[in-house]
Amino acid sequence: MEHFIFGRLGWDDIAIFDVFRDPTASNIVGSSAGWLAVIGAVIVAALLLIKGWWKPLLFTWLNTTDHKKIGIMYIVVGLVMFARGVAEGVVMRSQYVTSYQGGYLTPDHFSELFSTHGTIMIFFVLMPFLIGFMNLLVPLQIGARDVAFPRLNQISLGFTIVGAMLLMISLVVGQFATGGWTGYPPYTGVAFQPGTGPDYWIWSLGLSGIGTVLTGLNFAVTIYKMRCPGMTFLRMPIFVWTALCTSILLIFALPPLTAVVIMQALDRYLDFHFFTNDLGGNMMNFANLFWMFGHPEVYILILPAFGLYSEFTAIFSGKRIYGYMSLVIATMAIAVLSFTVWLHHFFTMGQSPTINVAFGIATMLIAIPTGVKVYVWIATLWGGRIRMRTPIIYLAGFIVFFAVGGYTGILLANPTVNFAVHNSQFVVAHFHNVLLPGTLFAVLASIYVWFPKFFGFRLDERWSATAAWLFIIGFTFAFMPLYMVGLMGLPRRSPAFDDPSYIPYMIVTMVGALCVLAALCTLIGSFVVSALRRDTLAVPGGDPWDGRTLEWASPAPVPEWNFAFIPTVNSQDAFAKEKAAGTAYEIDCDTYEDVELSPTSWIGLNIIVFGTLFGFAMVFWIWWLAVLSALALLTHSIGLGFVRDKGEIIPASVIERTEKDWIALAAEGPGTERRDEVSPSNRGIAARISEA
Amino acid sequence: MTTSNTNLRRHPGLNLGPSHGKAHEEAESVVFGFWVFLMSDLVTFAMFFAIYATSIQATAGGPGNADIVDVTSIALQTGSLLISSLLFGVATVAMKYHSSKRVVILWLLASLAFGLCFLGLEIRDFIDAAEKGAVPMRSSYLSSYWALVGLHGLHVSVGSLMILVVCVQIAFFGFASDVKTRVLRLGLYWHFLDIIWIGIFSVVFLPGLLS
Repeated sequence: MEHFIFGRLGWDDIAIFDVFRDPTASNIVGSSAGWLAVIGAVIVAALLLIKGWWKPLLFTWLNTTDHKKIGIMYIVVGLVMFARGVAEGVVMRSQYVTSYQGGYLTPDHFSELFSTHGTIMIFFVLMPFLIGFMNLLVPLQIGARDVAFPRLNQISLGFTIVGAMLLMISLVVGQFATGGWTGYPPYTGVAFQPGTGPDYWIWSLGLSGIGTVLTGLNFAVTIYKMRCPGMTFLRMPIFVWTALCTSILLIFALPPLTAVVIMQALDRYLDFHFFTNDLGGNMMNFANLFWMFGHPEVYILILPAFGLYSEFTAIFSGKRIYGYMSLVIATMAIAVLSFTVWLHHFFTMGQSPTINVAFGIATMLIAIPTGVKVYVWIATLWGGRIRMRTPIIYLAGFIVFFAVGGYTGILLANPTVNFAVHNSQFVVAHFHNVLLPGTLFAVLASIYVWFPKFFGFRLDERWSATAAWLFIIGFTFAFMPLYMVGLMGLPRRSPAFDDPSYIPYMIVTMVGALCVLAALCTLIGSFVVSALRRDTLAVPGGDPWDGRTLEWASPAPVPEWNFAFIPTVNSQDAFAKEKAAGTAYEIDCDTYEDVELSPTSWIGLNIIVFGTLFGFAMVFWIWWLAVLSALALLTHSIGLGFVRDKGEIIPASVIERTEKDWIALAAEGPGTERRDEVSPSNRGIAARISEA
Repeated sequence: MTTSNTNLRRHPGLNLGPSHGKAHEEAESVVFGFWVFLMSDLVTFAMFFAIYATSIQATAGGPGNADIVDVTSIALQTGSLLISSLLFGVATVAMKYHSSKRVVILWLLASLAFGLCFLGLEIRDFIDAAEKGAVPMRSSYLSSYWALVGLHGLHVSVGSLMILVVCVQIAFFGFASDVKTRVLRLGLYWHFLDIIWIGIFSVVFLPGLLS
């Protein structure tokens, strides 16, 4: 009976009690992390109850289908998970400082750390960040009121949160996988890991994957079908192009992940033999399927970041993007090529040299369009009036580091070199070198750039710039030494080492890791400080940086209906053109119309609750709960077809008043000169300049 | 783009009518989105096909392809699936030419009956295979066989459930434009499963029949 109710869940699985059972250093670290999660959850719950915040959380956030709020929630999820990811990184670095012939963490604990760190950073930090920005920016940049399927958008967010929740729960109950974020069988098979770890991996990736593929579908349809009149493909902002390519990649690259997760689940739950050692199983199939997803995934993570860099490089250089057309072609080329290179993730797994060469050449080809992009950003800066604000600091770090990361990528693309350095810290250095400056810096810079648009006030310049410098310095110290120890022969994922000559490098990386931690604290500090000073930092005009594209053509925070009327554009950078012509703040329409917002929905919350219960129940074999949760999800989904809610109607008078207030604000003064943009005089209306 | 002439040509399977500008625009996004979903689903199937193709030899001494294919049953399954699709097509034509709710629902239920027929035969085949010892736990080959054919069967089951749901919606709401596009999308899904079945027939069953 107990087995029926609780499945295989027992008291021993409560990981936060490990420290009392056996107070080793490893258990203290593991349990403290669990306790942090529990205490954090309790504090949040208490604040929600005491401050009465549960009400707005439920009724303005969790049931909303507004793309802007959904985007913000994605980024919040990303930030929370980012904090955990960084913390894990610091713990792993501290292990390396002590792990000359030892180390204070057990090998299993260390393996769990790098597995969750990878899974979290890829699926629950970088992806939510980028999908969050796609949500925030794409509808605004193409002049639409929302995405094509607002409710589906909420469903996507729900599934992403389910995955993140399962990862957080794995800190407290049971154990996460020790097989790395790629989860290669047979090591993650039942024979070697009968516990809960790989099952947590299966359900957090599987369920969040459903949400991600739906995001891809949603944004592809949005960009194809919802562009405002005059917004032809070649007038779309670069970020929209990259979002489109990413959506296409999500549509085609996520199914292999779904397939491989289903097969792995069948292997583990029903004793199938896809990837087992015995009865004809073939683990190479796993590697192929996983990387058929995994490599396009790399570009899913980097393309929108390229888009963000392109947008704010143009803004902070005060000129239009150089080589728009070549950027578009390069983006498309990268998207297509990304499907032809997956095998370079396992050159050493025994295929013929001919195949390796083909994939090696395809990999090197990708460097061409990527190189084009780097030149485009440099050429955009060239001759511009560059303002050395936080985003440009990140950009400077990015261009330098990304070139280094790109070169080491070319090295790794050569199968003969790859044989020498594969599975070493060199690889770890390489992918951190591209993903951190590439994606993470782009996101952090973009938070600075677009935060005022959605919250109505700027972030404090000094705090933000300090965080940027700390991230850049911390990154340099934390990862550059890994190239050295990699070349000297230290394998990745190794919990300890025997060569004392690594020790100095490990101390340097530890310093770097602490510096990144300090950067994270400074970043959080910048939010707090700015929120406290939000009156002086307010930019109600909504255009604090003299932006160029449609998202800046509205007050800040952006009204729920986005645009008073659907804009018509007749060029790239339409808002910059209008500002130069002096027509940006004119009333372009005679009559305002009521706008119907997309109806609210509870399906997202249902997915968060029952999806998480379902995943948890599957991990612990609590079959009755799994069936009930699945039924709850199914009935609600079918019920959606019978719901015919109308969205809230915003009356024309409200829209007219908001629009006229905004135009009146613009008419008040000459606007802010660029040299004053980080002073309190910046109210979000840019001074007119003659040239666009 | 929104003139009535182009609207008439946009969704030839539907009678949304030239006057329904908004319904047409919504249908355009929704139907396009569904095509995108089908593309994505097709890739999922492609992965299961690929795994099947690489596992044909991996029988580990257990039953192989020739041992589990029952030609009569496969012929009947193929027939019922295709007839089911045909009947679904008739239902959409009936809807297009303003038949009564009752007529359309009856055609849909007829289509559902043949779909269930297919499922019944498939389940019988699976049980037969299991009795012969051809269970998925026996070998990698059988794992991939059960997973590929089973995934298609799962899709057919979901489709069957959805036909029922759509019938109820027609009864409730009549032919509102969202119900119409839903029937259209379900039709796409139902025909899509035929195409997958033809793939399964050629890749899984035909080699077994020939050997």
